[in-house]
Amino acid sequence: MSWDVMQQYLPLYQEAMLLTLYIGWIGVLLSVALGLVTALVVHYKIPIISKIAKVYIEIFRNTPLLIQLFFIYFGLPKIGISISAEMCGVVGLGLLGGSYMAETFRSGLEAVDKIQLESAMSLGMTHFQALRHIVLPQAVSLSMPAFVANVIFLLKETSVFSAISLMDLMFTAKDLIGLYYKTSECLVLLVVFYLIILLPVSVLGSVLERRLRYASFGH
Amino acid sequence: MQALGIEVLFKGSNFARLLGGLWVALEISLISVLLSIILGIFFGIIMTSKNPIVRIFTRIYLEIVRIMPQMVLLFIVFFGTTRVFGWNLSAEAASIIVFTFWGTAEMGDLVRGAVTSIPKHQYESSYALGMTNVQTYYHIVIPQTLRRLIPLSINLVTRMIKTTSLVMMIGVVEALKVAQQIIEANRMSSPNAAFGVFAAVFVLYFLACWPISLLAGFLEKKWGG
Amino acid sequence: MSEELLKIEHIKKEYGDNVILKDFSLTVHRGEVVVIIGPSGCGKSTLLRCINGLEPIQAGKITLQNKLIDGKSKDIAQIRQSIGMVFQNYELFPHKTVLQNIILAPVKVQKRNKKDVIKEAEQLLQKVGLLDKKDFYPRQLSGGQKQRVAIVRALCMHPEIMLFDEVTAALDPEMVREVLDTIIELAKSGSTMVIVTHEMSFAKAVSDRVLFLDGGEIVEEGLPEVFFENPKTDRAKKFLNTFEYDAVKHHNI
Repeated sequence: MSWDVMQQYLPLYQEAMLLTLYIGWIGVLLSVALGLVTALVVHYKIPIISKIAKVYIEIFRNTPLLIQLFFIYFGLPKIGISISAEMCGVVGLGLLGGSYMAETFRSGLEAVDKIQLESAMSLGMTHFQALRHIVLPQAVSLSMPAFVANVIFLLKETSVFSAISLMDLMFTAKDLIGLYYKTSECLVLLVVFYLIILLPVSVLGSVLERRLRYASFGH
Repeated sequence: MQALGIEVLFKGSNFARLLGGLWVALEISLISVLLSIILGIFFGIIMTSKNPIVRIFTRIYLEIVRIMPQMVLLFIVFFGTTRVFGWNLSAEAASIIVFTFWGTAEMGDLVRGAVTSIPKHQYESSYALGMTNVQTYYHIVIPQTLRRLIPLSINLVTRMIKTTSLVMMIGVVEALKVAQQIIEANRMSSPNAAFGVFAAVFVLYFLACWPISLLAGFLEKKWGG
Repeated sequence: MSEELLKIEHIKKEYGDNVILKDFSLTVHRGEVVVIIGPSGCGKSTLLRCINGLEPIQAGKITLQNKLIDGKSKDIAQIRQSIGMVFQNYELFPHKTVLQNIILAPVKVQKRNKKDVIKEAEQLLQKVGLLDKKDFYPRQLSGGQKQRVAIVRALCMHPEIMLFDEVTAALDPEMVREVLDTIIELAKSGSTMVIVTHEMSFAKAVSDRVLFLDGGEIVEEGLPEVFFENPKTDRAKKFLNTFEYDAVKHHNI
């Protein structure tokens, strides 16, 4: 194992990490937005749309991201829908994550007792106010552990982006191994950089979970 | 149909080859799941230990598995260990090692969760009926643990199947790799094959995972209340 | 006086510095119904758990028919078969039907004939009015029904003594009656019982002897008629007063 080699590769990895973070976090944000809308649509049983939402959830929860990306990146252009690799990564991660987040938020919403909504409305709040001030905050804190797990899962899933030629960490490692055979150095750097991305999220997740548990009135 | 490239699937043995590729992935996941369940039960019981040193080690193992993408683990085992130790490891064997390493940790955590979720009072009311420790575990604790565990472990199976799609990246010839070969071979006659063939792989994976998810959901509802 | 069934001699129970029971003694005779009342945290529930060997004690000893009760001994499972215990939260086994809950221990622990046990279980269920629910799962029952099943489950072991730990505390008011009536029937049939409860009129009706516990010791003890009408100690008077309300009425507004 050579320290010099690692130092030499460092800039390449840094660049790759920025791409991974960039696409990963935009994908996560898209997931949250899509998941929240989908969860509300399903929770309030809005006709037709909620059926479509359920089909969407089932399809994307039951297929691998890699296959989804291949279909979007290589398949869709054949019927005239052509998008860049970066866009494909964001869309793929967003669609996959949206289906997971939707399930998480939906079970969070279900776990908030109906009586909470009723007692908020009995205090004179409108349905929307009750949702915004009473139900959603509780639903969010109830689904926080699963939410953090989803974020970690999605950031990990970015590792398949290399398959559609995005120059992410995985791609960089594979490329360098193929070119120079410095396998150990490349793999150590790969692990270190994924730790840099994911360890803070994991730690933050455990801290949040512990704090929320204290805030939940001894349940 | 020409435009969508679906006709390629019905040419020669193309569809059968695709199914064969899917079977390779399923085989890897089934072997890994089986090993994970057996090892995971032991690991889960170890995780319930109150010994601080044991807890630290199990925690670290679990964190590694949670944080490292499976793809990174695959690269380490397939490229890294063969290089460092100089042995020959097939891509299939490397995949099974990685997925079992991952599945054991996940299964262990499920087992730990299921065991510790049985309320203390269930043990006490069983003791109060004069049951011994062995009887309490056999009649009360283990049956209830299994009911919580089985739906969750079935979910682990679908996660395992979905993750096996990664093995093409270290050169296992599974559904996605076969799909690429088919598209490549028919590049001239069916330029749009990528749409039809990748769509087919998409549907095949869905058909492999969806029934299993439904079963898990059904059992969870049946035993959950 | 009939046989001394349960003897508690000078037991002491503490969690760290927190003394729950100090130098507590009690003898229960066969056929006797002892009711224990007292404020929350006075140690009455802990006492029942000690009698069943679910909590270790730091001093003194508890014997049932001269057999020592010790949660760590090998014979504890054997002795517990003679002690029926009913918990506040029923603690039925959720994965078994009503009938399976009842026959599990008699068949697997006492190795009795399954057919006979089922017959007896059905008779007991009939008595408490739940025979039609025998194939239901606990989650399909109301709280009062669950608690009656829990009582039948304990009875089916043919215990020498029954312990009831605030068995109506988790129930809706309209379900309290059905459970307490079941216990009163048992008392009439001559069962030996130690009951912890907050239902004062029930305590008065069912008991042969009342113990008032406060701060881990017996403050007052006596016949129910005497205790409830004429408590001697101030602490008991004050406690009983918490169950009375002064009328606040302004009819002539």
